[in-house]
Amino acid sequence: MDLTWSAVEQAFRAEARGWLVENLAAWRDAHGGAEAIPSGDTRAGFAIHLDWERRLFDAGWAVVSWPEAYGGREASLWEWLLFEQEYYAAGCPPRVTQNGIFLLAPSLFAFANDTQRDHILPRMAAGEDTWCQGWSEPDAGSDLASLTTRATRTDGGWVLDGQKTWTTRGAFCTHLFGLFRTDPEAERHRGLTYLLVPLDTPGVTVRGFGRLDGDEGFAEVFFEDAFLADDALPGGVTLGEEGQGWKVAMSTTSSERGLTLRSPGRFLATADRLIATWQALPDEVRTERAALGERITKAWMRAEAYQLQTLQTVTTTVEGGSVGAESSLVKLWWSELDIELHECAMELLATGALLEGRWSKGYQFSLSGPIYAGTNEVQRNVVAERVLGLPRSGAGK
Amino acid sequence: MRFAFTDDQLALRDAVRHLLAAECPPEVVRAAWPAPDADGQGPGAGARAEPGCLDALWGHLADMGVLGLLVPEADGGMGFDEVAAAVVLAETGFAAVPMPVVEAMCVVAPLTRDAAPARGLVGWGAMALDGGRVDGALTRFGSSVDPDDRAFERAALGTAAQLIGLGRRMLELTVAYVTERHQFGVPIGSFQAVKHHLADARLALEFAAPAVWRAASSLTNNEATAQRDVSMAKAMAGDAAQLVGRKALQCHGGIGYTVEYDLHLYLKRTWALEQLWGNSAWHRRRVATAIGL
Repeated sequence: MDLTWSAVEQAFRAEARGWLVENLAAWRDAHGGAEAIPSGDTRAGFAIHLDWERRLFDAGWAVVSWPEAYGGREASLWEWLLFEQEYYAAGCPPRVTQNGIFLLAPSLFAFANDTQRDHILPRMAAGEDTWCQGWSEPDAGSDLASLTTRATRTDGGWVLDGQKTWTTRGAFCTHLFGLFRTDPEAERHRGLTYLLVPLDTPGVTVRGFGRLDGDEGFAEVFFEDAFLADDALPGGVTLGEEGQGWKVAMSTTSSERGLTLRSPGRFLATADRLIATWQALPDEVRTERAALGERITKAWMRAEAYQLQTLQTVTTTVEGGSVGAESSLVKLWWSELDIELHECAMELLATGALLEGRWSKGYQFSLSGPIYAGTNEVQRNVVAERVLGLPRSGAGK
Repeated sequence: MRFAFTDDQLALRDAVRHLLAAECPPEVVRAAWPAPDADGQGPGAGARAEPGCLDALWGHLADMGVLGLLVPEADGGMGFDEVAAAVVLAETGFAAVPMPVVEAMCVVAPLTRDAAPARGLVGWGAMALDGGRVDGALTRFGSSVDPDDRAFERAALGTAAQLIGLGRRMLELTVAYVTERHQFGVPIGSFQAVKHHLADARLALEFAAPAVWRAASSLTNNEATAQRDVSMAKAMAGDAAQLVGRKALQCHGGIGYTVEYDLHLYLKRTWALEQLWGNSAWHRRRVATAIGL
């Protein structure tokens, strides 16, 4: 057990911190100051956040772990973790490119052909193309494999019919990656194909709608006899083999649930902010609210424990092991921790927590955590069945 | 950075696990409880162990060097560090070894720099065997140790490691039970309500365990955060084991609430250890101070 960072890692961390602090301030200044910048999940805010992504990309910080050819700096998994920690500690904004760089990209690295990778990855990293996820449908949520949006093979491409929904930032993105039923005869998980769809394809309509937290973060995407040409993207619009969509998609879900989408740095930064908020209270208030202080201590420990569990997981990964259904434990932990951190802050600030304030906004967003990326009820089933080995529901009937 | 055990530590763990599987099955744990009264009642009812099995177990642990694990090799010990100690103590927790292993290994042996006197604890250990008396005896012993002393930190760490082991044992017992037990024609473990209880138990252990290993590393390396890390470990391990215990009892139904069934052996030890060497609330306060709350 060696819990120290090497000199190279420390230098990487210091360089990241220096760049982020300086350039975050410059970006904020360029857009009227931190308070004036709208959420990245609004139309106006999205464009401003793409400018931030461009600044990250130009300096090589957008996708640190990727190969240099695609805009990365070939950072190790350890360095990636340090970058994320510094990113959130500096107060940098949520990544509006995240569904591309964290969810689609791992599948591209695993399943795309060279032409697809060379075209898609650098444009995605620079924020020139922005990707949203087209998985859920009005009648296919937790039961994703029941999805019915069709892709029918035709001369030179596919004809798409159906509807996707809960598509985060769909109204602002240029492209969608999604699962489509290509063989209606095949049973559930079979007969699905992973397709890459430019959203300006004729017959595709995107309608944004408001989320509980006030942002137009959601969209529904309608496909009406939409012709998706095979050559709409260099290298083709199919990711992986036809009929193998479920397998390709599942390689993304472990990224989504696991450490890539919500790294510990994010929650450590929130915990530190919570402690600073507590410390700013007068002594007598803190004495009076000792029970809340204990709750904050517990929340801090949970954030710290997430970091430690991640160090364990990364060690396993760099030593050649793999993480499977355990990623469901990680999703349960960070999503419930995020709510607790924000609930503590809301209680701390009481009426001072204005509905549009940073903590309140964060609290409202945290409530979506146990719902997206596979509900926590589904995750608990996965833990029980695939980590603990309990019988599947209905077994023995 | 490498957050994992060395091959040596894993080999030691496996050796201790193997020993305890053979020498400390539930009937030996049970033998440490008082004998039944004249009517055959009492928590020790159903003791099935050979006489002398506890002395034999203590002897095995001493012979293997477990009790002198932290004593330098020059003084006849094994010269291992706190990380190895934590790994081994998690195993003694898993087996619910009904003896003051933490006190011998983490306090007496290193303080006296002598592996041998730990053997002398066997009489003292035999005196303090049931849950209630272990609690009383060790709390008195604990209070005589200066809380600033490294021995105190080591004991709190060791107890945290045992709690992780106990949690794992109770979860394992429960997974086996709900897989086997049928109601409505299906294993009760196929019901979502039961699954979610046990997923929560697994979740708590998953994130408490690394806190214990980190604390062991901090203590080994004399990190400035060692006290804070030990307290975080004890608080999280205590809370996790308590949660697992509650879930285990609930998922077992009536059988778990009997003295014939083994679950109570692990459950009561969990309750006792939670209170020893600073309970979760005490340790949380120490963390709070350390992080400026």
